[in-house]
Amino acid sequence: MGRYIARRLLQAIPMLLLISIVLFALVNLAPGGPLAGYSRSRHVKPERAAMLKRQFGLDQPVPVQYVIWLIGNDWMKVDADGDGIAESRGERRGILRGDFGFSFRTREPVLGEIGGRLLNTIYLMSVTLIVVAIIAIPVGIISAIKQYSFFDISVTTLSFMGQAIPEFWLGLILILVFYAWLDNPFTSEPLLPSGGMHSLDTGFSLLDWAKHLILPVTMGAVGWVAWYSRFLRSGMLDVLHMDYVRTARSKGLAERLVMYRHALKNAVIPLVTIFALDLPYIFAGSLYVELLFSWPGIGRLYYQSAVKRDYPLLMAILIIVAGLTILAGLMADIAYAYLDPRVRYD
Amino acid sequence: MIQTAEKLEGNEVVQWEAPLRAHESMSTMVWRRFRRHPGAIAGSIMLGIIILTVILAPLSPYDPVTSDIPNRLQPPSLAHPFGTDQLGRDLLTRCLYGGRVSLTVGFMVVMITLVIGVPIGAVAGYFGGRVDNVLMRITDAALSLPSLLVLILLSAILRETDLPFFERNNVLTIALVIGSLSWMTNARLVRATYLTLRGKDFVTAANCMGASSLRIMGRHILPNTVGPIIVASTLEMGYAIMEEAGLSFLGFGIQPPTPSWGNLLSNAQEHLTKHPWLAIFPGLMIFLTIISINYIGDGLRDAFDPFKVLKQIGEV
Repeated sequence: MGRYIARRLLQAIPMLLLISIVLFALVNLAPGGPLAGYSRSRHVKPERAAMLKRQFGLDQPVPVQYVIWLIGNDWMKVDADGDGIAESRGERRGILRGDFGFSFRTREPVLGEIGGRLLNTIYLMSVTLIVVAIIAIPVGIISAIKQYSFFDISVTTLSFMGQAIPEFWLGLILILVFYAWLDNPFTSEPLLPSGGMHSLDTGFSLLDWAKHLILPVTMGAVGWVAWYSRFLRSGMLDVLHMDYVRTARSKGLAERLVMYRHALKNAVIPLVTIFALDLPYIFAGSLYVELLFSWPGIGRLYYQSAVKRDYPLLMAILIIVAGLTILAGLMADIAYAYLDPRVRYD
Repeated sequence: MIQTAEKLEGNEVVQWEAPLRAHESMSTMVWRRFRRHPGAIAGSIMLGIIILTVILAPLSPYDPVTSDIPNRLQPPSLAHPFGTDQLGRDLLTRCLYGGRVSLTVGFMVVMITLVIGVPIGAVAGYFGGRVDNVLMRITDAALSLPSLLVLILLSAILRETDLPFFERNNVLTIALVIGSLSWMTNARLVRATYLTLRGKDFVTAANCMGASSLRIMGRHILPNTVGPIIVASTLEMGYAIMEEAGLSFLGFGIQPPTPSWGNLLSNAQEHLTKHPWLAIFPGLMIFLTIISINYIGDGLRDAFDPFKVLKQIGEV
């Protein structure tokens, strides 16, 4: 098991390198480079554009830029004032040592910009995923056990609808209904807030935070509830026709025991893998949620950076998300090997 | 071989047809099973209607782009069934023209994923070994990219380049961008089939008769992948339409004044509370299209793979 984990970790490293090279090349090989917007603007003097280029290290060849981005340039001399002589020591430390550079837009360190927002996103995603699990798992199991019942058929229809609803449209409709149309009968204010993590004028109140969660979580959860309940239903159906379930039944075990002790455990194993594969999409979905509900998270930051062409920030977010995805895939594989003894480690 | 099996549906026992019938071509067999799937038939009819109205869009008395300010922001009425937008343009007409764009993008993405995914999967599965390893690592890397984020990045880059072709984020650009991040399912599906079939006797036989690798891959094994590919491509079309709508909604897809379902919704945001029809109808079009496609995909899956259905109802 230890060797299996080590081998998978070693495989993850070249993959992450490959991804980082591709993304870096995309950003930097685009005609005009990351500062295309600047250098084409008539308000920026050519000398200033050249200085900006030097400051961000964009005057170097792209492969050199990649190396600097990766491991920094504090071990080599750089030409800071543009006189053609490399005299001072570089100041970048490279992403491997936690230096993601400076944002083009705010000139602040990228990591500082990301930090708090990543937590806000994780907070929103965790609540959403807990809600998804609480609804999807029982619904999927019950509709498999009662296959072709009224409940099962309604769930199947609803889950087809849930998977076909565009997330951003659902968000608009939720705002329309719960913010614009429905009023709180006591205060005649909108029933639910349409944005933000909490009210700005009042102090901390749990109810206030919860109210701000309802619509974003609903928007984020619907599609995933639909998808996971369907997935669990078919996984459960696959397992229910295995020989060992028949054995359990024929030795006279109560149906409840057969379902929950024998079948369910094996039906949820594939969920581990599928969940890891879904993580990037769950993350992407949160971008729509954060935008519609002005949630100060990393998805909204990414969108704003894309609009402003803040490439260091974009690169950092992409690499962090890709890294987290690969890590999740790795943990899923390890969990899978642990949960299912049939998986061989070698 | 199974000749008949019975399927319990509610309380009545329905006769389930044999997976194999003599002298029946694959397409007849699939069609016969597809017809039995009520959702798939309803989906096909709905999608057919959507495609037809979208094709007939020029019959509309209104122009999708020219503004008509006196008639701005009219609620739905007989003259304008979906209402009008902030420039007085008929929303139904714009939805239909937007449908042309969205469906075209969906179709093109499917073609692109086939062109990229099938050869990669075929080569990886057929040759195996190191080639397979390299190609599959690339596929894995592409799968772990956060696709929406990369889509945004790609269109943001392409939008500001001076390349004559990509300049305005036209339909083909968006399709290329989405397609370049969606071929992995096809590659994996095709690889799996090639991996299982390359050791079979008919491949060895073709090899002995001197067929080239290319011929074996294209002529002998490829036809066996058609079923899964059709199913995956149908579902891919739905994803692609959703992704295009999302990108355009964010302002990184098709650019106005060309309507697409996504940028119609984007435009509706600021008018949401006072003029909700602007948001309701384009979203409804996306929803109906995708749910139809998904039902068709589901029906096709059952039609191509009766074994799975039989297994689930416990008959195999």
